[in-house]
Amino acid sequence: MPDFDNLTSMNDSKRSLFGRLNIRAYTMVIALVGLWVLFSALTHGLFIVPRNLSNLFEQSAETAILAVGMTLVIVSAEIDLSVGSLTGLSGGVAAICQVTFHWNTVLSIVAGLLVGLIFGLFQGWWVAYQHVPSFIVTLGGMLIFRGILIGLTNGTSIAPLSNSFLDISQAYLSKLIGIILGVLVIAVYLFMMFRQRRVRTKMQFPQKALGSQLATAIAVVVLSAAFVYVMNLYSGIPVPVLILLVVAAIFTFLATRTRFGRHVYALGGNREAARMSGIPVRRRILTVFALSGLLAGLTGVVLIARMGAGTADAGTNFELDAIAACVIGGSSLMGGVGSVPGSIIGALVMGSIDNGMSILNAAPFWQYVVKGLIIILAVWFDMSSKYRKGNS
Amino acid sequence: MSEWILEMENITKEFSGVKALDRVSIKVRPGEIHALCGENGAGKSTLMNVLSGVYPHGTFTGVIKIRGEEVKFNSVRESSAAGISIIHQELNLIPELGVYENIFLGDELARGGVISISAMQVEAQKLLERFKLQVSPDAKTKNLGIGEQQLVEIAKAIKNKADILVLDEPTAALTDREVDIILEIIRDLKQNGTSIIYISHKLKEVMSIADTITVLRDGKTIGTNAVADMSESKIITMMVGRDISTLFPKREASLGAVALEVVNWSVRDSQTGREVVQNASFEVREGEILGVAGLIGAGRTELVSSIFGAYEGQTQGTVRVFGKEVHIKGPADAMKHGIGLVTEDRKEQGLVLNMDVQRNTSLAKLASGFGLNVLNDVGEFSIVHDVIRRLNVKLHSLTTPVRTLSGGNQQKVVVAKWMLIHPKILILDEPTRGIDVGAKYEIYELMNELTSSGIAVVMVSSELPEVLGMSDRILVMAYGRVQGILPRSEANEVKVMELAMGGN
Repeated sequence: MPDFDNLTSMNDSKRSLFGRLNIRAYTMVIALVGLWVLFSALTHGLFIVPRNLSNLFEQSAETAILAVGMTLVIVSAEIDLSVGSLTGLSGGVAAICQVTFHWNTVLSIVAGLLVGLIFGLFQGWWVAYQHVPSFIVTLGGMLIFRGILIGLTNGTSIAPLSNSFLDISQAYLSKLIGIILGVLVIAVYLFMMFRQRRVRTKMQFPQKALGSQLATAIAVVVLSAAFVYVMNLYSGIPVPVLILLVVAAIFTFLATRTRFGRHVYALGGNREAARMSGIPVRRRILTVFALSGLLAGLTGVVLIARMGAGTADAGTNFELDAIAACVIGGSSLMGGVGSVPGSIIGALVMGSIDNGMSILNAAPFWQYVVKGLIIILAVWFDMSSKYRKGNS
Repeated sequence: MSEWILEMENITKEFSGVKALDRVSIKVRPGEIHALCGENGAGKSTLMNVLSGVYPHGTFTGVIKIRGEEVKFNSVRESSAAGISIIHQELNLIPELGVYENIFLGDELARGGVISISAMQVEAQKLLERFKLQVSPDAKTKNLGIGEQQLVEIAKAIKNKADILVLDEPTAALTDREVDIILEIIRDLKQNGTSIIYISHKLKEVMSIADTITVLRDGKTIGTNAVADMSESKIITMMVGRDISTLFPKREASLGAVALEVVNWSVRDSQTGREVVQNASFEVREGEILGVAGLIGAGRTELVSSIFGAYEGQTQGTVRVFGKEVHIKGPADAMKHGIGLVTEDRKEQGLVLNMDVQRNTSLAKLASGFGLNVLNDVGEFSIVHDVIRRLNVKLHSLTTPVRTLSGGNQQKVVVAKWMLIHPKILILDEPTRGIDVGAKYEIYELMNELTSSGIAVVMVSSELPEVLGMSDRILVMAYGRVQGILPRSEANEVKVMELAMGGN
């Protein structure tokens, strides 16, 4: 396949990685850096110390895990309002398994994850096979799960959890393991990159431009190293952050490298065209809700491990933070557009505002106001640039 | 008072360089029923949109006069204030509202700013009685039959004494009894001095009710005659009378085995309960192009999409693929049996507009299989690149979002998508609608290439020259029924049009 004249499209690595429409996600990386600089200046550097950055990542992890599942839901042009309640319920069940029934930590966690998965499937079935709009199904789910949780806990805190359970949220990776992981990630990345180049050379395919690929590689190496280094300056990588990274890696792979992911983007972009192309639309939607539920279960486990107890109001309003993170990170509620890394950046933006404003001793109400404004501004920025383009 | 209540003179309307109307003129007398006839796309609806202000003054050239005075409408509101009322082919009723609410929508009777429901109900009741409609004024509109809704639509239009009433295919979905009611009402309106422009494909109705008939073809006025000087066959000749140009590449058909056989196929729409296809039977052989002709609403799309398993409704009958009976439950099933369907509306059903060309093209190919199958982007790029090359799609890069392409190139991407599943039977529904002549020719060539490699092609098309120029045999539908299947040697425009009108 020697001659590619003007079809040399794969050069455009940035485009194929995140998709053309995620200008918003890029903007938000810049916004995030700006936010950090601003908070560092305002707090005289308190914001940027390793201890606080470690806290920031840890605090953002729960929203980020939910946002990863929510990304798939929103990309498929649906919505899941139940994840906050489901987080609470899953955590509550895990806590009851351990505290009341004395199950070991692993079984209790599995119970929590199963609760999330099963209720996710339940909601997905209503949406996909019974044609009830997801807004309604998950609004119902939000009430139902919260109700069950209140009933199960009787309004009391379920404690104490065993130390091994608490470790999920409160432990850190040893510094050596952190370094090994960092090196591993960098090695795998470089290996994949060179293997891809080799395959393409062999197949006589157009290469991505070496320059931009090297720049990306350097960015990945520097950021990974810096991340591990900063975390190790404090206590090491927090376990919830590790969980988030694993979840993010799996779901990025699912979304971008599997048929399942391709189908979700297609059916979110145009359900009718997807159906006419033979895509099993209903099965895919069922799966999307099941995965969202599963991640709510995981968040529930992480959450009660951090709080040390299962409570009746755990996870309240988490769904709104997750949706906001997706939107800030470039997902379109119209469907078909969004990315896992973008949503994680969105979660970090939200987490940074919470964290920075707490350090500044701003009254909590300001956090709500500022976060609300950020959501509107993020989408407005995107829309206004699109609108200008449309007019010219 | 002028001799004419309405004069439209030398109306020309262009859509991005294509003339939809080319110096069209039509004149209507007071109290006259003036029929407007023409093929799909002849310009009838465009002309009526010009009249009603949907296309405001200045977006077309030409003069509109009412009672001899020139008018310049900028909106539908202005034209209706001038006494022009249009009833469109599609119903414009709000299903959840009551009948009386729809009749008075946007024009509610009110006293002191408060709407008076009882007054509207009484008025609505009078109108319904006149239309011999046995429904309560506050019945929900969605609970009425299609014919009844059509009558409500007309009632809504005439409640304000329109001077000029335009009816666009008012009887397309009606039963004979309902048609009689409407024709009676139209005659009644005429007695009261209303002028009526009546657009219909049903020539028998036209002949029985019209005073004057104007025929449009390809955006031009072909002629205006008193009904006494016209006949059904004369109208048809005027509608189609054009020579088939050398637009179509020639090919020698070499037919193989029967690829697709459909026997006594009936389809019932699950929402309206109407039987949209009745007892259709046909077959297509390897290497053959079967053209499917008919007017809009004849059931052609319903026929092909139901065979593909994509129509929301109950089906009855038998489909055989290479002699074996198959039960197709959905598009994925159809693909397993080697059937592809290039859908009628590429933007609604064919493409994911925000996705790039590569992902759109590989969509059907990658639709089947286990969800966790890892994508092979090099392989995907390679096969997509080949087919895009072969179809000569003009684009800068495969990562271009498909929405930025021209109509012709978008259509080629849809076709490319189906080429990738290597179909044995390819159905194309309006494959060249809205694309330029060059892209059309390329699609025709591609169809010939497909048939020469033994693929059976079914082509639904509203463009008669295309059907006549490309097909080996032509199946003509009307009112959900197959009216006849003509071999190419026996087919001509008049014969096809006669069958499409439902006559013999």
